[in-house]
Amino acid sequence: MKAIEKMMRKMEPDHHGKWAKFHPVWDGFFTFLFTPGETTKKGSHIRDGIDLKRTMFVVVMALIPCLLFGIYNTGHWHYVAVSGNFDLPYWDQIGDKIIYGALQVLPLVIVSYGVGLGVEFAFAIKNGHPIQEGFLVTGMLIPLIVPADVPLWMVAFATVFAVVLAKEVFGGTGMNVVNVALTARAFLFFSYPTMMSGDKVWMSGLSDVANSPEGFTGATPLGELATMATNEPIYSSIDAFSAKWSVWNSMMGYIPGSVGETSFIMIMLGAALLLYTGIASWKIIFSFFAGGLAIGYLLNATAVNGYMELDPVHHIMLGGFAFGAVFMATDPVTAAQTSTGKYIYGFLAGAMAIVIRVLNPAFPEGVMMAILLMNVLAPLIDHYVIQSNIKRRMKRLKTA
Amino acid sequence: MSKTIIIRKGLDIKLLGEAEKVKSGVDFASDFVIKATDFHGLTPKLVVKIGDKVKAGTVLFFDKNRESIKFTSPVSGEITDIVRGEKRKILQLNIRATTETQYEDFGVKDAGKLNADEVKNHMLTGGVWPFVKMRPIDVIANPSDKPKAIFISAFDSSPLAPDYDYVLHGENAAFQAGITALSKLAPKVHLTVNGAGAPDAVFANAKDCQINKITGKHPAGNVGTQIHHIDPINKGEFVWTVNAQDVVIIGRLFLTGKFDASRVIALAGSEVKAPKYYKVTLGTPVKKLLADALKDGQNRIISGNVLTGDQISADGHLGFYHNQITVIPEGAEPKFLMTKGWMEPGFGKFSTNRSYFSWLMPGKKYRMDTNLNGEIRNFVVTGEMEKVFPFDIYPMQLIKSVMYKDLDLMEKLGIYEVAPEDFALCEFVCTSKIDIQDVIRKGLDEVYTECM
Repeated sequence: MKAIEKMMRKMEPDHHGKWAKFHPVWDGFFTFLFTPGETTKKGSHIRDGIDLKRTMFVVVMALIPCLLFGIYNTGHWHYVAVSGNFDLPYWDQIGDKIIYGALQVLPLVIVSYGVGLGVEFAFAIKNGHPIQEGFLVTGMLIPLIVPADVPLWMVAFATVFAVVLAKEVFGGTGMNVVNVALTARAFLFFSYPTMMSGDKVWMSGLSDVANSPEGFTGATPLGELATMATNEPIYSSIDAFSAKWSVWNSMMGYIPGSVGETSFIMIMLGAALLLYTGIASWKIIFSFFAGGLAIGYLLNATAVNGYMELDPVHHIMLGGFAFGAVFMATDPVTAAQTSTGKYIYGFLAGAMAIVIRVLNPAFPEGVMMAILLMNVLAPLIDHYVIQSNIKRRMKRLKTA
Repeated sequence: MSKTIIIRKGLDIKLLGEAEKVKSGVDFASDFVIKATDFHGLTPKLVVKIGDKVKAGTVLFFDKNRESIKFTSPVSGEITDIVRGEKRKILQLNIRATTETQYEDFGVKDAGKLNADEVKNHMLTGGVWPFVKMRPIDVIANPSDKPKAIFISAFDSSPLAPDYDYVLHGENAAFQAGITALSKLAPKVHLTVNGAGAPDAVFANAKDCQINKITGKHPAGNVGTQIHHIDPINKGEFVWTVNAQDVVIIGRLFLTGKFDASRVIALAGSEVKAPKYYKVTLGTPVKKLLADALKDGQNRIISGNVLTGDQISADGHLGFYHNQITVIPEGAEPKFLMTKGWMEPGFGKFSTNRSYFSWLMPGKKYRMDTNLNGEIRNFVVTGEMEKVFPFDIYPMQLIKSVMYKDLDLMEKLGIYEVAPEDFALCEFVCTSKIDIQDVIRKGLDEVYTECM
């Protein structure tokens, strides 16, 4: 350790030398390797063991199950697409699927991290501030919320857009208004809709298959469901849908979709880690699911089309709902910051996600919109929560 | 006796080196120091000069803005030095003490028979007024204010704090005299005891005050927490606070007519070989106390507790308001990520959340060093402060309002109810390593200059 430290110290740019501008870069690497020997000066002389790096590290750990499953799932649907056999056994040709999935997904991860950290370093050099850890999580989130087939240059573009316009212009980590990873996804969604929606992108390699068999479609369950609210439903009833896409399959994640979002079980593994360590707010996760279920049951009760009849439990296991609840809505910077506000924020985001899904067939998936919208509204929620605290204090003043 | 107040939020930081309940004397030390910097916001006006002979109780300096507030010498002897800092600001007075302490005689008085003004005058001339602090702002109280209550905490819940039940045992007469004197100054005196156990007779039998009970984790023993839950401060109101040990010093002034500033302090911390209690006088040098008492290595000596105390050197002195000296290791070594840094399993790293494996050992006592354990960042994580902050106040919002100096919002969010020490735990848990107590102090200063 001493040797590494010595080596790093040797490379440290002089604050007055010609490389002084690059001190943040060196600092970024040094603080990655070593928690600096900086001590407290006054106030509390001891400090909690946690720092932002540890926090982010735990979140990245929580995302690993989703990533690994996403790799396999990508491989599986690729082989479904090329064989045209929808009923291909899931746990078969395991090695092939892993290899294909890894070749498809890992480049996304590498590009996302490489480009994002590049932008972070550039801004750190320009503004002379230390490298902040926010992107460690964002860089992992971006590949998990896009289809595996999305071209790498698009991912690079989206990452640059999101990091610069959603984060750096506001002052970096901790200052952003909307979730950075979701901004990247929104950028892709609106700029390259053909690569982010429809029925060609969700099974890797499907667009290269010349002739799919009759009736074969590469749509996600949500994409198919969206047709149920239109005049041309592809299922005669919701039961026919449930027969094709069972709750079990969506819970395990045996469905096509964005890389990391499909498996409810894997997401819950991550959630368990985040909640047990106390990194994520259980209030947001809980109320997000509560909001989704509540609207789901409300729609059940007032159903006028097949989609509205879908079992709410099935709803929350489809698409990015669980992933959004656990990894996106809980971003502490963009979520509501007060305790009461977190319940309201989570509930509304979950509710809104289902509303967009069911009542707006133009968007099969509503989680991204719902969370981005609530990110913007979170300060407003906090404002009213704080006002009530202020009123309580004013009241005490009057009675006293 | 009202019902017990239960504090559910808070945090007990378990540290190694709790003081054993043994009182020892300490060899006579001669170079005492009164630090003007212990009194926040004070502009001292000197009365003595180098070479002057003083007795215990002789006025050394007074507050330039509030001339009735006098600061007196804790010992008798000779002024050897007046240390000044930038712009000739007075930092401290060094006094070489004589072996035999001579006291100024202020006259024995029965506090019960005096009126408020007489009590006040006696306290001001006797030099015990600086022990009375006021909320809001957390500075020495204005003698001309009319406080709505005086709060005294009968226990200290901070890490490694001295046990007041033990320290003040047998001081019944002086404590009672102090309480009686204070009861003349405000409509109500609140003495808040720890509801978890039976308090010592010195507290349980106290008269002329309302005894409240409170239980819970730190900061249940902080007087700020107690005020908030018993009788919160509104804008325009004043509450005075006195430390329980200082009540005894006030009491002695009435009983004996002398300014006898001796108190029992705890010498604690993981780097102290045999932590125990010592009977010392205010302003005492720590050098003799610490001689041969510390383990090897780079140590930080703190006058006060680890959360709110002041860093002092090995030649330093006990602060005016402090009841303990804590010694913990410095942590100036960089920590490699895998072995000691942010990627380690962390069996020995104390944290309020469970991202390190130290949660496997809930009863473990820690040897914590002064490393920041991370770098300073913008606020990112939310909700962590609320867990250790037992006030109906939004801590992060208040801190932010101070950071951008919105006086109106600070007022609305409750700056009048808090002192920096109330935020010590918030500062401890802060993932972004921000010096929150410092921020709050700046906010209070701002409020003081603008609104009072």
